[in-house]
Amino acid sequence: MTDTTPTPAPLPAPAPARAQSPLLRIARNFAEDRLAVLGLLLFLAVVVLAFAAPWIAPQNPYDLAQLDIMDGGLPPGEASFSGMTYWLGTDQQGRDMLSAILYGLRISLVVALVSLACAITIGVVAGMAAAWFGGRVDSLIMRVVDLQLSFPSILVALILLALFGRGVDKVIIALVIVQWAYYARTVRSSAIVERRKDYIEAARCLALSHRRIMFRHLLPNCVPPLIVVATVQIAQAIALEATLSFLGVGVPITEPSLGLLIANGYDYLLSGRYWVSVFPGIALLITIVAINLVGDRLRDIFNPRLQK
Amino acid sequence: MIVYLLRRVGQSILAVVTMAVLVFIGVYAIGNPVDILVSPEASQAEIRATIERLGLDKPLWEQFLTFAGNALRGDLGTSFVYGRPAVEIILQRLPATFELAFVALLISVLIGIPLGVYAGLKPDSLGGRSVMAGSILGFSLPNFWQGMILILIFAVWLGWLPAGGRGPTVELLGIPVSFLTPQGWAYLLLPALNLALFKMALVIRLARANTREVCLQDYIKFARAKGLSPRRIVFVHVMKNIMIPIVTVLGLELGSMIAFAIVTETVFAWPGMGKLLIDSINLLDRPVIVAYLMLTVVIIVTINLAVDILYSILDPRVRLSEVKG
Amino acid sequence: MQMNLRRLAGAVLISSTALASAAAAQELRVGLASEPTSMDPQFHNLATNTQVRLNIFESLIEQDPLQNLEPSLATEWEALDDTTWRFRLREGVAFHDGTPFTARDVIYSVCRIPLVENSPSSFSIYTQSISGMEAEDDHTVIITTNGPNPLLPVESSTWAIMSADASGAEAEVTFADGTCEGLGEVPQQQAFNSPELVIGTGPYKLQESTRGAQIVLTRNDDYWGEAPDWETIRLRPITSAGPRVAALLSGDVDIIESPPIQDLPRLEREGFSVVDTLSNRVIYIALHQEGPHSGITGTDGENPLLDARVREAISLSINRDAIVERIMSGYATSAGELLPPPMFGTSGRPADPYDPDRAKELLAEAGYADGFGLVLGTPNDRYINDEQVAQAVAQMLNRVGIRVTVDAATASQFFSRRNNQEYPAFLAGWGASSGEMSSPLKSLVASFDPDAGMGVTNAGRYSNAEMDELLQKAMVTIDDEERSQLLQQAETIVLDEHGIVPLHYERSAWAMSPKISYEPRVDQYTLAYAVRNAEAD
Repeated sequence: MTDTTPTPAPLPAPAPARAQSPLLRIARNFAEDRLAVLGLLLFLAVVVLAFAAPWIAPQNPYDLAQLDIMDGGLPPGEASFSGMTYWLGTDQQGRDMLSAILYGLRISLVVALVSLACAITIGVVAGMAAAWFGGRVDSLIMRVVDLQLSFPSILVALILLALFGRGVDKVIIALVIVQWAYYARTVRSSAIVERRKDYIEAARCLALSHRRIMFRHLLPNCVPPLIVVATVQIAQAIALEATLSFLGVGVPITEPSLGLLIANGYDYLLSGRYWVSVFPGIALLITIVAINLVGDRLRDIFNPRLQK
Repeated sequence: MIVYLLRRVGQSILAVVTMAVLVFIGVYAIGNPVDILVSPEASQAEIRATIERLGLDKPLWEQFLTFAGNALRGDLGTSFVYGRPAVEIILQRLPATFELAFVALLISVLIGIPLGVYAGLKPDSLGGRSVMAGSILGFSLPNFWQGMILILIFAVWLGWLPAGGRGPTVELLGIPVSFLTPQGWAYLLLPALNLALFKMALVIRLARANTREVCLQDYIKFARAKGLSPRRIVFVHVMKNIMIPIVTVLGLELGSMIAFAIVTETVFAWPGMGKLLIDSINLLDRPVIVAYLMLTVVIIVTINLAVDILYSILDPRVRLSEVKG
Repeated sequence: MQMNLRRLAGAVLISSTALASAAAAQELRVGLASEPTSMDPQFHNLATNTQVRLNIFESLIEQDPLQNLEPSLATEWEALDDTTWRFRLREGVAFHDGTPFTARDVIYSVCRIPLVENSPSSFSIYTQSISGMEAEDDHTVIITTNGPNPLLPVESSTWAIMSADASGAEAEVTFADGTCEGLGEVPQQQAFNSPELVIGTGPYKLQESTRGAQIVLTRNDDYWGEAPDWETIRLRPITSAGPRVAALLSGDVDIIESPPIQDLPRLEREGFSVVDTLSNRVIYIALHQEGPHSGITGTDGENPLLDARVREAISLSINRDAIVERIMSGYATSAGELLPPPMFGTSGRPADPYDPDRAKELLAEAGYADGFGLVLGTPNDRYINDEQVAQAVAQMLNRVGIRVTVDAATASQFFSRRNNQEYPAFLAGWGASSGEMSSPLKSLVASFDPDAGMGVTNAGRYSNAEMDELLQKAMVTIDDEERSQLLQQAETIVLDEHGIVPLHYERSAWAMSPKISYEPRVDQYTLAYAVRNAEAD
């Protein structure tokens, strides 16, 4: 999905710093768009809910001893044998959908965030190396990046997982493989711009070590475009994981992410048990929209050409 | 120029070969197709005979050399399941996928561009903002879930359109197509819409961004000053200038469209090559998987090559510059 | 949102899709769950192919809906001695091209089976016991086998009888000492893309076959048997369950096979008829009984599954009726055997009761009062709700202290991993295509000896010498009554020590327009020619 991301084609250099703290300026600028603020709040709420799942969910949906198939397939609002109310209904196994969604959200987010962290690390190192050393190193790394980006990520991930088999760790590996190239390309293009600037020349003249210049001086300036790409990518990662799980090659059934919950419910859609797949779908939608709202605003902020 | 072209073609060939090796090794690492193919009642002798016949007893490198040799002659192997050339089986499914992808592309352009231009001309109006919010929704909705909801609404709830399958086809130049009959359209519409929505969001955003930039250009200001009608400005000056980037991006997106058809075809049971790929993965029909991937690789690499060459012809700076954005 | 969804659900329940006018009464449109891989009737030993070929190509003997053997192209058959059989052929039968059916065609057809190239799964497993065939006269065939083979009549029901003439055989076709002669150039499956070669004796002729779209059959007006109800039959593969149901609902097809069980109540409410029957497929759990296994935890490396009491405890802690009711929506029957009674070789043994207290006692007696950890492997796209059933079993075993984790994989990976013994316990199914007990015993519980074709699917490696002996004896006993007794004894030994844990027999269902009827079949075949036009009756 990532390949079709509407990233701004030429990644902008960060706006020149003013006297005012840049962070504050960005925050103010961000707050001008109420929709984006709403997105940020929603996203924070989703994160809190997901990570608090073990404490707030009515049931632990993985603990098979807590489930009873006699409670299976109850519509939303029905009470169980033991008197517990299933506000969002239950699936075939008698699993409370509300709990399953909270836990599923957690898995979806963990997969996305961990893969994001790994992909950024790899991407930054590769991108910096390409920009700094140039020449053969650069063209080798960028050939790989180009090759990778020319293939639709869904196809690459699907094949990788067909090879690896299901598993949370395997999904993360596949996501890292399809994502790192975006960061590498982003970092490289902004680092090349930065590299030519005076302060780097100055640092060089001071004979500072390569590593020090790269990570102390060059990297911080590549951060804004990285953030923009990262927000888009994290939304894509969540969607991609859900799609892979839907196709049956993603996470295992014992750790159902939102995508897998939706897939499981798909079989019951025509028969009228809509809640098994519609509610997880709405949770997924809210999460992705929230992230995209934030990402959209950040992109506008960091794009100097649209500054009035 | 010639040097650039040769280098570019060489790179493309290298890419195809690299992918061939990776794909082959990867696919041949999955499972054991014999366990699925042979009847569970078969004896060991039967199983051994099948392994030999499929060439699975040979070492991987030997299997690869055989594959590579045949591939150069255009033969990508014989399907384990159908016993016929894998390429033939995929080509039978190709028209269905292409029809779906092209109709989806058409839908996304015909609806996406007007909406995007409108949003670009009036970025702060309610309508403009709604379009943008809608486009966020468009690329936030995971493809498969959006397909399910389309089925739920239009097939289950309203009962207007069929829930899946391809329905009857008619032959056009010997190729079965759906778009010539109303009944064919009934089957085609939902999957095409499903595949189009994501791209539509992309087109809207591209069109909006480009429109906004074009509007700031001097020649538009000049045209306004000259007193040209807004309609003329939009249709002649704005449209002309935003079409180039949009067409380029969509050309490049065709590959991803074909890949995404995997999901749409699975949800809507559309008998295209994406569905074939998923079925083949489940049946471990390795030659078909490899052939599908190789075909997709070649299609994508060719599109990229064509776009690059066109660009280098249109814009000589590309050739000189090492740095590509 | 909540309210909208409620309305939506309501709409789903009450929306009564108009039953579109049934097709012109003379045409039957069938929605199949899978597509035949070839029109060559001897190419692929696969139910999908067989159910289509039976419309066009017949066999010497056919299986009725309960898998009893019925005369078809052979009118009678008998074993002359342990290794010699005589089949008397029906007279006055003609192929679609008008040529008469004779013993030569039978010999040719059997001879061709092992010569079909690139077959993913060959029918030759049903002909390998034959060492020679002789045409006593035009309508009598004598078959000699390598050793006693009581299953020869059953196996003969898998041989599609083709026209020797249409296939280009020589005037004389012989099969002696394991060698066939006079076959001419044997046509391969690619040749069957065109209807000209698809010449059988069946009630229908092939008119058109378009891959991915449809197979069209027209009635054979010179058919020797009862004339079927339909002028033409249109077989449409619709491989996803949802769209298949939708096609029936919208009137695009008249009958569909394997409708998803959760959709059946809706289909019935909307006036469609649903028929179902027990299938010959049992869903079972196999347990690892050969040394320790890394998938078993909390036992200091011991394998508790070697203890018959633990295996019994596992069986007793499963509430089969709840699985049938909740997960299978009633479209299954709790199983006590490896084949549903009253099929051949069954003893009528009831399913183990649900008794978690006794199960806990047994576990304590065996020294596992605190239970142990166990991985349960399952495919997730092979049997009806397979993964759901495995999860329910896991749920129930957890309640008696066996901490089960479910490891689900697609069939393509599951079967390889199972054969590599990666699961200490796994859920799988077995459909007895022969319709009698030796099939599951031989494959699932006979001691593992792949070279002899015994225990090939016995990945749990259960082994009992006494049972092996009884089974071996049954497999060479021609007398039906005696063979049935032997099979029952062998099966009882396995079940008494819980060498394998049967869960349920799947029921197979068909859904169709109220204007037609179909007698459900144990072998799950959808035989289009056997679909009746209820209005015509």
